[in-house]
Amino acid sequence: MRRRLRDRIAGLRATLWTLIVPPATWAAHFLFSYLWAALNCAKIGRFARFPTVFAAGTVAALAIIAAAGWIAYVQARLEGDAPPHDAGTEIDRLRFLARATELLAALSAIGVVFTAVPVIFLTDCR
Amino acid sequence: MSAQDDPALRRAQEERLRAAWQPPKGLFLRWTDVNNNRVGVWYTLTAFAFMLFAGVLALVMRAQLAVPENDLVSAGTFNQLFTLHGSMMMFLFAVPMFEAVSIILLPQLLGARDLPFPRLSAFGYWSFLIGGVFVGGSIFFNAAPDGGWFMYPPLTTRTDLSGLGADIWMLGLSFIEVSSVAAAVELIVGVLKCRPPGMRLNLMPLYAWYILVVAVMILFAFPPLIAGDILFEMERLLGWPFFDAARGGDPLLWQHLFWIFGHPEVYIVFLPSIALFAMLIPTFAQRHLLGYPWIVLAAVGTAFLSFGLWVHHMFATGLPKISLAFFSAASEVVAIPTGIQVFAFIATLWAGRVIWSTPLLYAVGSIAIFTIGGLTGVMVAIAPFDWQAHDTYFVVAHLHYVLIGGTLLPLFGGLYYYWPLVTGKTLSDRIGRAAFWILFAGANLAFFPMHLSGLAGMPRRVFTYPAELGIGGLNLASTIGAYLSAFGVLLIVIDLALSPRRAKAPRNPWNAGTLEWLSHPDDENWGIRSVPLIESRYPIWDQRDFVAKVDEGRFFLPDAEEGRRETIVTSVLDARPIQVLRLGTPSVIPMLTAVALGSVFILTTFHLYATALAGAVATLACVLTWLWTGTAEIPEKPCKAIGHGLVVPLYLSGPAAGGWWAMFITMMADATAFSGLVFGYYFYWTIHPDFPPPDAAGPGMLWPMAALALTLVGWGATVAARQVHAAGWIGAARALLALAIAATLASLAAGLAGPWTTGLDPARHVYPAIVWTLAIWTAAHAGIGAICQSYALARSLAGRMTPVYDADLRNITVYMHFLALTALVAYATIGLFPEAAA
Repeated sequence: MRRRLRDRIAGLRATLWTLIVPPATWAAHFLFSYLWAALNCAKIGRFARFPTVFAAGTVAALAIIAAAGWIAYVQARLEGDAPPHDAGTEIDRLRFLARATELLAALSAIGVVFTAVPVIFLTDCR
Repeated sequence: MSAQDDPALRRAQEERLRAAWQPPKGLFLRWTDVNNNRVGVWYTLTAFAFMLFAGVLALVMRAQLAVPENDLVSAGTFNQLFTLHGSMMMFLFAVPMFEAVSIILLPQLLGARDLPFPRLSAFGYWSFLIGGVFVGGSIFFNAAPDGGWFMYPPLTTRTDLSGLGADIWMLGLSFIEVSSVAAAVELIVGVLKCRPPGMRLNLMPLYAWYILVVAVMILFAFPPLIAGDILFEMERLLGWPFFDAARGGDPLLWQHLFWIFGHPEVYIVFLPSIALFAMLIPTFAQRHLLGYPWIVLAAVGTAFLSFGLWVHHMFATGLPKISLAFFSAASEVVAIPTGIQVFAFIATLWAGRVIWSTPLLYAVGSIAIFTIGGLTGVMVAIAPFDWQAHDTYFVVAHLHYVLIGGTLLPLFGGLYYYWPLVTGKTLSDRIGRAAFWILFAGANLAFFPMHLSGLAGMPRRVFTYPAELGIGGLNLASTIGAYLSAFGVLLIVIDLALSPRRAKAPRNPWNAGTLEWLSHPDDENWGIRSVPLIESRYPIWDQRDFVAKVDEGRFFLPDAEEGRRETIVTSVLDARPIQVLRLGTPSVIPMLTAVALGSVFILTTFHLYATALAGAVATLACVLTWLWTGTAEIPEKPCKAIGHGLVVPLYLSGPAAGGWWAMFITMMADATAFSGLVFGYYFYWTIHPDFPPPDAAGPGMLWPMAALALTLVGWGATVAARQVHAAGWIGAARALLALAIAATLASLAAGLAGPWTTGLDPARHVYPAIVWTLAIWTAAHAGIGAICQSYALARSLAGRMTPVYDADLRNITVYMHFLALTALVAYATIGLFPEAAA
């Protein structure tokens, strides 16, 4: 099962669009957090005691980033030409895009966690 | 044996290339040139001149602040000085300089003959020159803007408190933003589509990666400011109260729109400068740059994160703490990719055999200064610290450390590195090193004490300070430092002035490995003799006989058989050749278009609306002439051989073509500006309980929904026209286009009818004002849509568009997709949302 999934992923195409999935997810989560806080504080006038919506949004964002990162992780380790993996071949281009995506997923995950942390510590709108 | 072994053939090819790339001659005509080498150099020199001018303004300020209670300049003049200094350094130096340098470097780095739209580069340059002279020159008429480079309302929107200067800032700089967006389109398409065969994404020079990232950032950063400028001028010229709290507006909206532009702007000027390091550090470390994917990650990551930071400029405006925390967090995260870049450079130097050249000295010095600025950046990113340091000289110190270390010194390093490429001559090592140390000492002496004077309580933007504050000594040190760094810059200027008298340098004087160093000291105008096949990131180092093969025309497109300027277009991911693109030739049209468009902005500043309207008509005429005569030309044969048995088409349409991408990218910028306006609507709704006001009747549901339906009919008819046209049914396509024009024009009228028939008075309250703005924006776009459709119809009738050669129709369809989206959002917002919110 796991092996089949890996094979499917290896067959996926990587493009410039896949590269920006993790940071775009961070951006969407950031916008969501900003709107969530603005609507809670400015429109409703109080901070939700248990921010279910916010928690769900954060988990969803982290899940998307994790999925993109895992796909990239598998692709970055596909077998092919010898190291240092910077030749002008199809496999090296794929590995490069996957590697950059993987790194971006790590950065985006940190970004999402950083954005989520204040909600745990701050509990009102002042 | 190859045909290229024959020297006579090679000479004949060179003759034909030389003839095709002949620059125009004559006193005036030489300025109609569009070749990137020439336009890029004009652009660079102009931006450099504006920097010197803005630097002189700073020196006057520092002279005024040298001692307490000085009266060298008045408070009013001082306001003009710091506003113009900041505005010019940002809008007329830092951003245009990156565009200018990229217009010179990018085609050479990518082994292209020129960028895909040379005339667009020329248009961008002339717009920049006209707008820059207009804004910068205002200080000689005591009419310079004086509200700070961020122009916060309400002091700047009230015409009784601020003079013509605010209009000059808004309109002059909006005009320059147009040229920035034009450059962004050119650079994105250049990087994605004009790479040499074989240069897959993972072989692209890092400079190209950075430029791609920064140009995309411009598309999302500049348009919100253009939207803000529109609202701002509507308030100043027509009295529509977007930022006037008394009539329901809110000055904070301006701060949001300004800083959504203003913070990414910092990275827009930082990344291209740091990109120069990515080129020069491997050369002087004599090895490949370490961590290529890490640097791409850093560039892309910084670009994204930089859009989540804007509120850290607004920490002291009283926003909810939870919002501040989000932006504080994002501000901290951006330190990660920034640090990665710096460490990748240090690691490369560590792993290499370093040659301590002058350009590398600048690079290393600037990393040191930038890091200090970055560390104070982390400090001010923390809201409680920011509340202490806000609007003091601490922030002035921080931003100057970042900009000098992150933009100015890297550019000087790049100047010393790339001067041989542009002029064929090297600059003096001795003068360069002396200038560096003077600049380095001067900058630290000028800006380090400002941290202390700021913490001691010196506010920003004051024209003098009392002696009792005890900061006279620190300020005197800053002033001495400022003059010392100015002396360093003067040495560099002298070095440049001496350059024409020096002997030519050898080719590739630094022994670099990247493509741009194919350029010859006695350069020909054709850019590159033949477009190479790339197999490595450093082909001059790694590929055998690379330079000789390029020079002997052994790669692609070594000839110009038809006497046309051409370059190769390749696919985005893997750079497979897919087209030979015929490039724009010298023409007066770009210059005329810039003059006409400039007249619209400048005449509006002086309230000469009728003449400005004539300028707008002239602009439209220029653009249509430009498109009609210079684009989507049907070639004399479908395909062309480019050597080595490859035959590629001369004409492409749809998503594979550069023109389609240019349209798509321009529309992204347009959609971003529109979302700035929509943000305004919902911003008012979020923070004002009486928005929409209970007594507001308009614009009703009927007219907005009718306008939306008509727009969708126009959109559907255009899409259908594209389909049936491609199937060869030309008559049906023309009929559908005629229907589309009628529907789109009707949607224009219906869109305006909503607020008109319900009698919304935009000067009374912000609600009618923002509704009118959204309606006018959408209607104006419908008007342009109808012009696009008419253009396609006319091209078809004139026989310039056929089912095979249908780029015009495919490109206007992209426009119509975006128009439909705009109408959907705008009419749902003004027509349906009041019902939902009620």
